[in-house]
Amino acid sequence: MVDQSELKYTHEHEWVALEGDVATIGITAYAAEKLGDVVYVDLPEVGTTVASGRTVGEVESTKSVGELFAPLDGEVVEVNDDVTSSPELVNSDPFGDGWLIRVRLSDPTAADSLLTADEYAGLIGE
Amino acid sequence: MSDRLSPLHRIHEDAGASFTDFAGWRMPVRYSSELAEHHAVRTAAGLFDLSHMGEVVVLGAQAAEALDYAVSGRMSALEEGRAKYTLLLADDGGVLDDLIVYRTGADRFLVVANASNRELVASELARRADGFDAQVFDESDDVALIALQGPKSPEILAEVEGLDVTDLEGLRYYRFARGSFRGHEVLVARTGYTGENGFELFLAPEAAPELWEAIAETGAGSGLLPAGLAARDTLRLEAGMPLYGSELSRAIRPAQAGLARTVDLTKEDFVGRLGVEPPADAPVLVGLAAEGRRAARAGYPVLADAEGGDPIGEVTSGALSPTLGHPIAMAYVPPAVSAAGTQLFVDVRGTRIPASVVALPFYKREA
Repeated sequence: MVDQSELKYTHEHEWVALEGDVATIGITAYAAEKLGDVVYVDLPEVGTTVASGRTVGEVESTKSVGELFAPLDGEVVEVNDDVTSSPELVNSDPFGDGWLIRVRLSDPTAADSLLTADEYAGLIGE
Repeated sequence: MSDRLSPLHRIHEDAGASFTDFAGWRMPVRYSSELAEHHAVRTAAGLFDLSHMGEVVVLGAQAAEALDYAVSGRMSALEEGRAKYTLLLADDGGVLDDLIVYRTGADRFLVVANASNRELVASELARRADGFDAQVFDESDDVALIALQGPKSPEILAEVEGLDVTDLEGLRYYRFARGSFRGHEVLVARTGYTGENGFELFLAPEAAPELWEAIAETGAGSGLLPAGLAARDTLRLEAGMPLYGSELSRAIRPAQAGLARTVDLTKEDFVGRLGVEPPADAPVLVGLAAEGRRAARAGYPVLADAEGGDPIGEVTSGALSPTLGHPIAMAYVPPAVSAAGTQLFVDVRGTRIPASVVALPFYKREA
């Protein structure tokens, strides 16, 4: 279980857990709750180069479609096949088993520019 | 504009519901999981708050005649205690709203309208009743509406303490009965918008919280869940039922939506009669079924071919069907490609996904 206060966050309601130069990325509980029951997750292939702010996938619920944005520049090194086959993990454990992709960052220090837990809490009004 | 709140709002808040703004109302979109709520309605029961819907009463010696003129069907032929699905048409035959009309007396009808069209329906009915011995009252603010839907609805409703309805077991589809709940009048109708067996209960707003809690408590052991608008939408989609604003609009003639049967052309005169027949090449509503998990959604283009060509139609509603497990959608397409089995394509955010025309409804409960 990750410590949510240690994570970085984005304005697109994604969380980023940094370990060395690899970032694990998912969507926040707030985003999952807003989407509703997630029924389809489309993730990029391993090896895909991603650029900060660009769409790299989709998280789709019965009611709406959310885009997955790359929070930082880098290369996809792992994707969570479990959420592809069991999209409901995004709702049941958004900060754990519902993680989406791992990206090797071109510049790990760029993560400093993301929101802190407190800043994100302010963004969603908590 | 501040949102209107249902008389059940406090109960929904206490239940942890998420809310959405719907036609000026703040209504529950889901309580926990819209999929769980959807499945509960298909396998057990779901409880819906529909207090946002409009209730308009038409009353008077010529109420039936006034309605015959005002709506598409023949309401004068409706027997007391029965309900009928009908349409409010514009002069040019376009659909202004779809309605359920309940004949509550020889000279009295209850017209249930979509929340978004409540004012329009009330004012149009009043205008059209002018010249008849009939009066129109918008009673929406004085009526709450609770729907209990799902195969276990009859046994749950029969067990609700304090609810007294004559011959509930004998109540057939599209009929209603009068009853009482702890001193309050209740109209219990076997109608609904989910494709399941179920009931809609009309009563005074002040009595609604108590009835809601009594039904929820009675049904809890049977798997009943409170259900929000998200589940209601996927349920009605599976049942092939049109939604005003999606499948129905001012620009659509009834026959295009497969609703020609709701228009009684043998009536002498009614509003919309002259324009009610669409041109032969007007788009028609079809069901589309696809494989995989990516759903077509409202507004997505429908195409004839896997590559190239301009869109030939547009999706009006779509979702990954919770019951069937594959994507379903409704769309308007040209009549030439509307036959069941026709292979079409939907542009799902840049990817063309094959979709077959299928007969509606997608889901039909076992009789």
